[in-house]
Amino acid sequence: MSYRIGIDVGGTHTDAVILDKDYKVIAETKCATTEDVSSGIYRSMREVLAKSGVPREHIRFAMLGTTHCTNAIVERKRLNKIAIIRIGAPATLSVKPLIGVPDDLRKQLGKHVYILRGGHEFDGREIVPLDEEELIRIAQEMKGQVDSIALTSVFSPVSKEHELRAAEIIQDVLGEEVALSLSHEIGSVGLLERENATILNAAVVNVAKTTANGFIRALEEEGIHAKVFFGQNDGTLMSVEYAVKYPILTVACGPTNSIRGASYLAGLSNALVVDVGGTTTDIGVLINGFPRESSLAVEIGGARTNFRMPDLVSIGLGGGTIVRLQEDGSFTIGPDSVGYRLPEKGLVFGGDTLTATDIVVALGKAQLGDPSKVSHIDRPLLECIYERMVEMVEAAIDKMKTSAESVPVILVGGGSILLPDKMTGASQVIRPDHFGVANAIGAAIAQISGQVERVFSLDELGREKTLDLAKEIAVSEAVAAGADPDTVEIVDIEDVPLAYLPGNATRIRVKAAGKLDAALEQIDH
Amino acid sequence: MRLLGKQEIEDMAVGAALLGTGGGGDPYIGKLMALQTIEEFGPIRLLSIDEVPEDALVVSSGMMGAPTVMVEKAPSGQEAKAAFKTLEAYMGKEIFATYPIEAGGVNSMLPLALAAQLGLPVIDVDGMGRAFPELQMVTFYLDGISASPMVIADEKGNVNLLNTIDNVWAERIARAATIQMGGSVMFAIYPMNGRNLKESGIRNILQLEEGIGRTIRLAKEQNVNPIQEVLKLTKGFELFNGKVVDIHRKTETGFARGTATFEGLGNNKGEKLQLRFQNEHLIATTEQRLLCVTPDLIAVLDEETGLPITTEGLRYGARAVVIGIPCHPKWRTPKGIETCGPGYFGYDVEYVPVEKLAKKGALLG
Repeated sequence: MSYRIGIDVGGTHTDAVILDKDYKVIAETKCATTEDVSSGIYRSMREVLAKSGVPREHIRFAMLGTTHCTNAIVERKRLNKIAIIRIGAPATLSVKPLIGVPDDLRKQLGKHVYILRGGHEFDGREIVPLDEEELIRIAQEMKGQVDSIALTSVFSPVSKEHELRAAEIIQDVLGEEVALSLSHEIGSVGLLERENATILNAAVVNVAKTTANGFIRALEEEGIHAKVFFGQNDGTLMSVEYAVKYPILTVACGPTNSIRGASYLAGLSNALVVDVGGTTTDIGVLINGFPRESSLAVEIGGARTNFRMPDLVSIGLGGGTIVRLQEDGSFTIGPDSVGYRLPEKGLVFGGDTLTATDIVVALGKAQLGDPSKVSHIDRPLLECIYERMVEMVEAAIDKMKTSAESVPVILVGGGSILLPDKMTGASQVIRPDHFGVANAIGAAIAQISGQVERVFSLDELGREKTLDLAKEIAVSEAVAAGADPDTVEIVDIEDVPLAYLPGNATRIRVKAAGKLDAALEQIDH
Repeated sequence: MRLLGKQEIEDMAVGAALLGTGGGGDPYIGKLMALQTIEEFGPIRLLSIDEVPEDALVVSSGMMGAPTVMVEKAPSGQEAKAAFKTLEAYMGKEIFATYPIEAGGVNSMLPLALAAQLGLPVIDVDGMGRAFPELQMVTFYLDGISASPMVIADEKGNVNLLNTIDNVWAERIARAATIQMGGSVMFAIYPMNGRNLKESGIRNILQLEEGIGRTIRLAKEQNVNPIQEVLKLTKGFELFNGKVVDIHRKTETGFARGTATFEGLGNNKGEKLQLRFQNEHLIATTEQRLLCVTPDLIAVLDEETGLPITTEGLRYGARAVVIGIPCHPKWRTPKGIETCGPGYFGYDVEYVPVEKLAKKGALLG
């Protein structure tokens, strides 16, 4: 029997699970998330291993969903020395890189900024040829100055030619030492947002490297020689090599893991997932087993970006949310929270702060701590507060639906004891087993994906055959990345006709995903 | 003359989105260009129309083409310079200042960015007092002023000077050239003298834009209802308070047309509002009553933040307040209503000013 370990880092807790080959939960654990993130990961890993009693050599895979990169960006710490190169002059000069990004981030990342001639039109024509001489000069100037480079060319989602050629030239001059982030691999059309995403990616390359190496070493210290994967924010896995190249894709993998885990635990592919944590409640939409992606620009650390992100709404309500009673009988709920200090701060645990958890315990809706500590609170008031809490979630559920019809709601996360079995907008409320660690389970069961995104001319093969071709490419990419060919399915197709273009040009994006190749499980280390 | 700094630009962008009445393109990239301009050249000079000499040559600046192209292939900053130089050479006269053609959306912000690059001031005036989709939908057209001679220029250095027999031909030729030039170009258009601009333009519109943005920002800081404050400032009316329950869109002859249905909340509980749009919001009705119709302005504001929501941003579940703002009196003339009243957009409805509708409400026949 082979096993896998899944770990997910949340704002309050770091959860770990061990699953067997058939995804049965063997052991689960919750530890406090630590400030350095890593020590919390290692602790939860050791705990869940000890609980499971599984022989270490039987653990074949280790999946990690982590907030390391997000934290680095938000805290502006541990960021790489980067250069920003934009290929687009004479266009784009009126909006330089990092304009509109918060000043502190701009100061830190904007030390080496270059704009040179090149880029493409919307229909794939060159605006002007790539200025290779200038690029060589820039590369020489950067020698020894930077450890990572963000490369963005105008309309690279339509033609990646100049980005690829520029990467070649830079590597000729600087060698393989300097990490390159290419924008067409990260974001979609919308220059500044894609460029920002690429810049942030370049800035956290070393954070990802350190995290990966630390995780692998921690596993080895435990006697585990597993193949390591990172969770990415579309609900699929990436290899360590890929994660180190595209660390930005780990941002928001936590909520994605919850959504995927909830899907698996409830046996549903289409539903709303409500994940109640210690500080916030995140609501996402499950479509065909994967999270719905946001169609709007998403800010990360104050910078507008446009790479794929799960569509989420987050409200300030969790187990540790502080409830304040006023003299006049009114009350407020949050938005602040005692967070991971709930076990010492909450009234039922002997603390001094009235929290959302205390409200449900006082109403007898959950058995936790010492209910006598909250028996003094007026019952009608408690009911009012509870009603308001549920309304907050119901309003958020309503915002995430695409139509007026009721949908199934899956409740996960440690704080989901806060919510009732009936809610407006929910056709049914499902509380699956292991709901408290759905995120770690989501990380452990994530699939391997492959994707193609390219402009096709429909005139050559017709729409149907072109789509089939794109699907084939996506499937073969997934298999190449380690997916079992028998389980690979197409999970997403998008085709956008490009206006004004001859030949019926259409941008097609297809994503395929499947289970990890079983053959990989047989490999003995 | 006033000097505009970064805060003024941020406020104006919010006001521009509101006066864009759901369309007009996202002012965001125009705002960033203006902010960069301020960093490079210092504050932007804003002139009141009274500071413009009668015989001064003034020209509108902005973009034409697909906003989706512009957000990828952002302007170089040289296009407008080339366009203005070409126009000056042709007209044999120096340009005194520039002004926005519309107060809503991206073209309200671009002249602010271009002005400093051109070394010119911006005049606090526009030709719409809001945003409209077509080139002839300006007060200048009502007053018989030609869009030509006009120039379009791209970042590569291509410049086209057009002298067309009317504004429909200007639109047609310029549109075709724009596609060849890469899908997004900068224009210099509606050149006229100071006297004509004074008579024909809509005054103090940038000031209003800025005021709207500032009002919404300060309301948040002072914890007062931003929507009520905006209504006071714009002399507008709250039309409907509700939640989006259905959106129906289709693309027709290059325009995004559609209908959004709102279910009433609060005072409007039990009622339904239908909002029809073609890029911009054009007509708001309940089952029985007409609430507001073009050329009066219809804006959808987020119930909580007071920030305007665009037609693309309308989604099921959005809680919003729909407001109506009286348009400039020039649009209420017979020619104004013919140019952008309900009939022009294909609605079989008589134009009734929003303030009259707000008082009694007109029953739909």
